[in-house]
Amino acid sequence: MRVTLWGTRGSIPSAGPETVRYGGNTACVEVRAGDGSLLVLDAGSGIRRLGTALAGQGRRIDLLLSHLHMDHVQGLGFFAPFFERGAEVHLWGPSSTDQRMRERLSRYLSPPLFPVRIRDLPCALSIHGLTEEPFDLGPFRVTAGLICHPGGTLGYRIEEGGRVLAYLPDHEPALGVKAFPGEPEWTSGYDLARGADVLIHDAQYTDAEYPEHEGWGHSATSHTLAMASLCGVGRLVTFHHDPSHGDDALDAMHAEACGAELPFTVVPGCEGLSFDV
Amino acid sequence: MQPFRGGGGARHNARAMAQQAIELILLRQWASYLTIPVMLVDREGVLLFYNEAAEKVLGQRFEDVDDLRAESLAELFQLRHEDGRRLTPEEHPLGVALHERRPSHLRMRLRALDGSWRLIESTAMPVEAQGTRHLGAFAMFWEVPGP
Ligand SMILES: [Zn+2]
Ligand SMILES: [Zn+2]
Repeated sequence: MRVTLWGTRGSIPSAGPETVRYGGNTACVEVRAGDGSLLVLDAGSGIRRLGTALAGQGRRIDLLLSHLHMDHVQGLGFFAPFFERGAEVHLWGPSSTDQRMRERLSRYLSPPLFPVRIRDLPCALSIHGLTEEPFDLGPFRVTAGLICHPGGTLGYRIEEGGRVLAYLPDHEPALGVKAFPGEPEWTSGYDLARGADVLIHDAQYTDAEYPEHEGWGHSATSHTLAMASLCGVGRLVTFHHDPSHGDDALDAMHAEACGAELPFTVVPGCEGLSFDV
Repeated sequence: MQPFRGGGGARHNARAMAQQAIELILLRQWASYLTIPVMLVDREGVLLFYNEAAEKVLGQRFEDVDDLRAESLAELFQLRHEDGRRLTPEEHPLGVALHERRPSHLRMRLRALDGSWRLIESTAMPVEAQGTRHLGAFAMFWEVPGP
């Protein structure tokens, strides 16, 4: 699998001179199989540039949403394939029925928040609500699982060619856990991330910032590291950077994370980064 | 059908190696902060957790339940109606919540593991989650002060 990060920022797009290296676009990740099959994870503002890069490729696009918070769907209305007649786009997300996903999305994709309605999009769009049963999308085996984050949020485990990518962009597994990490059986997201070659995981706060934000659905650096360690992952990619963290602050967080002896590699989740799983 | 079995089976069956559903994880975390007794069972009725407040009423640390090869906690605690009649597993609020998938409430007596009889009230709820998943049930119970 080839993975490209089109947006790694959390909460709100944060463009500015202080975020040029890590990037200011919100969550969007491209996953390519060896045969060119494409999965897109989340539709934050980063999806706009991905959409431009995909223009005219004519390939089926499966877009998996982790949840419907604004920073994960705000790019939908600016995703070029939606406006291409003949493009086939499948939108997957957390819901018990297709109808509910469509209704919830149309709260954003309709006036007055957005001028175009979902039904008016010229592409061939199918909207699917996901359950926790694994399913196949071309060469990918996809497992979605509900994880600890407000409002019904999915993490994803994506397997292809014997390799595993886990994507848990908004995740607070340490919420209410007296000594994190506890047992795997009682750890949110464990089954999704277990033994993953690459784990893309929420790393929003420093440990000092976390107590002020407990219950907001995100992780402190030490939680992210502990989660990766508990799950025995090969590489950890930090993700969902706090809008208030400029490049220098993120460098410092990364340096601190790597200060300890870790059984995995930590890769700072910079917008534009591309790597093989 | 038993409303619950002892923890021993749960710890040793393969399914318990996997991660629990997020709803059960959050319930357990929440319960661990409460000072009102809470007990949580999975959909097969296997005991998953009870909190410190429940330990006080039951006279047994949750961690020690492993050692009890209990066929059923209902047996173990000799659950009875207020008037002393034996309580069948189907009558217990957790049993009702689990099998009938509705809330249930009852006043009853149990024999704590320290040998004392206690009058308690218990309210149980099924854990019904998104995607029409029936995950188990939990009971909140409390000791009724003696006369
Ligand atoms: Zn987010
Ligand atoms: Zn979120």
